[in-house]
Order: sequence, then C-alpha cells, then structure tokens
Amino acid sequence: MVQYSLWLSAVLFALGVLGVVIRRNAIILFMCVELMLNAANLAFVAFSRVVGIDGQVFVFFVMTVAAAEAAVGLAIVISLFRHSESVDTRNFNLLRW
Amino acid sequence: MHSFEPTLPWLIVLLPLLGFALNGLAAFVAPTRKALPALVAPAAVGLAFVIAVVNFLAMRAAPPLAPVIVQGYSWMPVGSLQIDAALQLDQLSMLMTLIVTGVGFLIHVYSVGYMGADPGFARYMAYINLFIFFMLVLVLGSSFPVMFVGWEGVGLCSYLLIGFWFTEKANADAGKKAFIVNRIGDFGFLVAMFMIFANLGALDFATVFAAAPGAFPYAGAVVTTITLFLFLGATGKSAQIPLYIWLPDAMAGPTPVSALIHAATMVTAGVYMVARTSTLFALAPLSMTVVAGIGALTALFAATIGLAQYDIKKVLAYSTVSQLGYMFIGVGVGAFSAGIFHLMTHAFFKALLFLGSGAVIHAMHGALHHTHSKWDAQDMRNMGGLRKHLPITWVVMWIGTLAIAGVWPFAGFFSKDEIIWQAAARAVGPFHTWFTVYWVMALVAAMLTAFYMTRLMIMTFHGVSRLPEAEQQHLHEAPAVMWVPLAILAALSVVGGWFNIPEEIKRIPVLGWLPGGPWVHEWLQPVTRTADAIFGAQVGALSEASPLGGGEVAWAVISFAIAVAVIAIAASMVLRWQYRPALESPEPAGLKRLLWRKWYVDEIYDVLVVRPLVGASRWLWRWVDDAVIDGSVNGLASGSRGLGWLSSRLQTGQLNTYAFAVVVGVILLLAFVVL
Repeated sequence: MVQYSLWLSAVLFALGVLGVVIRRNAIILFMCVELMLNAANLAFVAFSRVVGIDGQVFVFFVMTVAAAEAAVGLAIVISLFRHSESVDTRNFNLLRW
Repeated sequence: MHSFEPTLPWLIVLLPLLGFALNGLAAFVAPTRKALPALVAPAAVGLAFVIAVVNFLAMRAAPPLAPVIVQGYSWMPVGSLQIDAALQLDQLSMLMTLIVTGVGFLIHVYSVGYMGADPGFARYMAYINLFIFFMLVLVLGSSFPVMFVGWEGVGLCSYLLIGFWFTEKANADAGKKAFIVNRIGDFGFLVAMFMIFANLGALDFATVFAAAPGAFPYAGAVVTTITLFLFLGATGKSAQIPLYIWLPDAMAGPTPVSALIHAATMVTAGVYMVARTSTLFALAPLSMTVVAGIGALTALFAATIGLAQYDIKKVLAYSTVSQLGYMFIGVGVGAFSAGIFHLMTHAFFKALLFLGSGAVIHAMHGALHHTHSKWDAQDMRNMGGLRKHLPITWVVMWIGTLAIAGVWPFAGFFSKDEIIWQAAARAVGPFHTWFTVYWVMALVAAMLTAFYMTRLMIMTFHGVSRLPEAEQQHLHEAPAVMWVPLAILAALSVVGGWFNIPEEIKRIPVLGWLPGGPWVHEWLQPVTRTADAIFGAQVGALSEASPLGGGEVAWAVISFAIAVAVIAIAASMVLRWQYRPALESPEPAGLKRLLWRKWYVDEIYDVLVVRPLVGASRWLWRWVDDAVIDGSVNGLASGSRGLGWLSSRLQTGQLNTYAFAVVVGVILLLAFVVL
C-alpha cells in the first residue's frame, strides 16, 4: 500500500521538477514548486502509516512554510508584473554575466 | 716610565664630522653664503691636526709596544662576535693620521681659494670634511669592520667629489666608474674578512694578529687566500692592475680633490691596509710576491702611459698609479716601513704637484674664460712658457718634480731608493728570481718617472708660449691662500726624506751630511716587528749586495746619477720638440699613439668585460625577467581571468538553467550516496 503512494509521490515530484526546468511562466513555475512540496507531503503521510505520527507533524510544518512562501512568492510575481507587464522569466535576466 | 695616554682621541675623528654637519647644513640653508664653510672646514681639520700632533708628541715621549685601544661603544655584539666602535692608536695609525689631517688641512685651505667662486662651494667643503672623517675612521679603526666602514665611506666621498660637477655626463660617468670598479675590490675585502672570522673567530686587529702566527702555518693555503683577497681590495682602492682604470678618469673632479683623495690619502689606503695586516702577509710569501709583482708591473705600465699624455692632470694621475705601484713593491717585498715612508713623501710631493697643476689650470681657465676661448685649459700643448706668469708655481712644481724623480736631497730620493734597494736586498727567499725582476722593473720605471715629469714641466712652463697674446695678458699667479699651502708642501717635499735616512747613506760623505736619521723605520718597528720576525725566521737575513753586485750606497749614487741624467736628456729633448696648440696638432702615430691611447686598456676592458656584461644583462632582462618571471606571473593572472570568463558563461540569468543545475547536482549526489 505504501509502495503505491510512494510511486505516486515520485511521479508528482518528477512532474514538478520537469515543470520548473522547462516552463517560463513564473506562476506555473510557482505551481510546480508547490507540486514538489505536496509530493513530499504525500511521501511523509505514507511513511507515517508505517513508522508513526512524526510524518504527519512534518506535513503541517511544510504546509505552513508553503503558505508563507506562496504569500511572498506571489507578491514578488505581482510586483514583477507591475514592472514589466509580463511574468515570463526570460525577461528577467539582469543577474547574468 | 709613564705610559702613553691618548689625548681626546675621539675629537680627531669627530671634528671633521662636525665640520661636515655644519657645512652640509650651510649647503642646504644658504648655499650662496661662503664665509661659514671657508672658516669651518679648514678649522675642523686644522684642529684635528693639532690634536693629532699633541698625541704624536705624547707617543714619541713614551712609545707604546702594543697598540692603545680607545673603546667607544659596543657596535655589533652577535654571539661570540664582539665588534666595538673603537680606535686603535699605534705608531702606524698615528703617522697616517698626521698625514691625513696635515696634508688635508693644507688642501682645505687651498680649496678656499680654488673653489671660492664655485656655486657649490659649501657642498664641496661638506664633502671633503666628510672624506677626512671617513679616512680617519679607516686609519684609526681597531678592527676590520670599522676599517671597512671608513673604506666604504671614502669610496662614497670619492664618488661624490669625482662627480662634483655632475651636470656634465662625462664627470658623472667617471664617478660611477670609480664606484663600480671599487666594488670589485670591496668584494675581495669582504671575502677576506669572512674568511678571517671563519678561521679565527674574531675581527679586531689585536686578536687576529696575536692568533694568526699560531693558527696559520707558514705559506698555508688559507692565509694565502685571505691575503690575496685582501690585496684584491687594495688593488681596487689603490688603483693597481687590473683595477687601476678608474683613477685617471677620476681627474674629472676638482683638482684639490685629485690632490687630497686621488693622490695623497685615499688611494694609499690599500698600502696602509697591507702594512696594517703585515702579520698575515708575512705568513704568505706567495701573496707577498704577487703584491710586489702587481706593484712593479703597475709602476712600469702606468709610467709608460704617463710618457704620452697631454692632459696635465692625466700625467699626474698615471704618475700616481705608478708611485702607488712602488709602495706595493715596498710592502710586497716585506719592507713595510719603506712602503709607508714612500706613502708619506708621496703625499707631500704629489699633493704639491696636483695643487701646482691646479694653480696652472686656474690661471689657464681664467685667461681662456676672459676671451671666451674654446681651448682646453688642461692640455699642455696649449701651455708653454708659463714660468713668466706663474713664478711661484713654477718653482714649487720643480721642487715636486725633483722630489718625485728621486734627486738628492729631495724627499723622493730617500723613499723611492729605499724601496728599490729593499727589492734587491730581499731577493733571497724562494721567489728571489721574481724579486730581481721587480727590482729591474722598478729601476726602469724610475727613469720613466724622471722623463715624463720633466716633459710635463718643460711643456708647461718652458719654451715659447703657445697661448695667443690676448689670453696671455690675463694669466695671473695664484692668490696667497693657494700658494702658501704650495710653499709648505714644497718645504715638506724637500725635507720629508730626511725623516728616514738609512744608516748606510748617513755614512757617505756629502750625501749623508743631512740632519735626520732612520726615524720612520724605527718609529714603525713596534708595528712591523711580528712580520719582520716571521721574515727573519723563514727567509733569513737580507742580502748585502744587489743581484748585479754593489751595495745600498752604490745603487743610491747610481740612481741619483741616472735621475739627473734622465732629467737633463729629457729637458733638452722636449725643448727641441715643436709642439703646436691642441686643436692644430695631428693625432700621435705609432708607439706614441699606443701610449697616448693608454695601451687601449679601456677599449680592451670594454670588449672583454663591459660588453659581455651588458649583453648578458640584456639577455637576463629580456628573457629571464621579461619572458620567464614576468611571463609566469602575468600568465597566471590572464589564465585565471580566462577561467573566470569561461565559468561566467554559466550565469545565464535564466531560472530554468539554475533549476536544471540544481536537479543535476541532486541526482549526482544521490547517485554518489546510493551507489
């Protein structure tokens, strides 16, 4: 049973990574990061069925941090959009060589 | 019997230093005010002379058997090596101090007249005061390092004064040449000093000379090497073959400097050093033979060059080199007191001749300056018949000439003959064949000396004047401040020889009827007795007759007759030669040209030493420095810049790239941990 959950978690995580690597829209990137976090949450919950309650406690922490991250991240995205009418990451490469 | 107590010995050394400080200050603050340097500089040296005389008289009253050490302070206490800044007063250093301060004082007074109109007068006076200070440190120092301080100091002053008129490149070059050539000699001195310390563990004279006879076997390799290195130092400072080339060029300095530094005092430092280390030299017969041989060779070689020079100071310069050669024959054959005695008389008559030539140049320069003539004031071809205009200079210079040529009863007769005779009398050791050769060379050089000095006198003062009428009207005798020192030196050139008349000569009728006796020889006895004892024990008694027969008296009479004959022949020859002014004269040809160009020694050195050195330096500069050293450092710099440029390409500014890099990194880490 745990095995299936872990496979699902791995697939979701891989999708999130793929999204971060190939997509250029900042909001999509953001969502992919959330996907990776939640894939990790799924793995935690699955493990907690085997080793005890600790995994679920960790999930709460992750969700809290993810919420905070979403607040800051979305604020940055909004401020980027206001600045240049775009959320395409290719337009924001000031810190290159 | 009460013992000798030095009176204010430090003041002898420090007074000229004080004079230097005051004059140096004057040179900075008010270079145009000349009263202070004109008073302070001679006064400082004169006072030092007075104190030296007081000490000399005290020493005469109670001659010390061992040197009296006057402690100053501990200069270099390094482990077992203790070097004190201390003075050593003994018969030798006392005599040298008298010569340095006495002749130095006269030349200071003369300089007031000679250099009075020069804008750098205060600076000049500061330099020669400093020179006297260092020269006194050299002769009074009680250890090799203290002597070396003086040794280097006089070299510095020599450099500063040769290049005194440094706005002309030739003068500055002459100063540099003197300094660089002397460096080679100083290297020898330093190596000798290191070797002495390595073998004896001490550097002060008293310890070294007490330990040397026990520590070094007679004619051993170590002591021979030490003395040869010491002598290398002497060849540099005292202008002997192969390092004599700087001295003729040093004539670029003011003439009183040539008289003081490059004739009377500094260049004799090497002779003094050999006499000072006589104990070491006496232990190394091979080194002694080398010293005498170099001396004989230099005496003869420089005399031949002197025959064909036209510049009045150049003749005197080569004459100085030649006379220094005589001194080295003297100390080289083991007759240390004879060498020092010739040093003393030479200081008198060569200072006289140089200062006299200074008076001539002063007059010539003034006259040529009046008419804005471009003629050379030092070229004897432009002179002739000057005795009408410079009667005092004419008389005193003839006295100097007779003294240097070795005419009885002038000073040079006694000192030079003593050396020549000693070379013959000491031709008894293992190197006696060589000594015989040196003796013959010294005799020939004595004839050449009489010839070139007579030529100088005739060309300058006699015959018809080659100076145009317009200039002749402006010729003038030197002022009193210049001719009074000349007169004193002339008197010393006459009586200076009477301080050391050998017993044998005293016994001859006529020639021996002079006041005086073998004083210098007896005076220096306490200093040279160790060396004399070693010579007596190892080599044996001196010969009574020369290798060609005849004793001291016979050869004294012969050389006197030869000197007079050569002067007479030279005078009649030179008077007949028709000289023309320098600008109209053709270049000399044949043998004369060879001598005039100084045997092309400067050119040979240029090809053999200077050019290879410059070439090697250029190669080191272009290849080793520019290509290898700079190349590696610069290559490292540009290499890391290139590397930085390459890795900066990774910073694309694209989030996806960074994310990809993180993913790859994580995968690699995982792979590393798991596998």
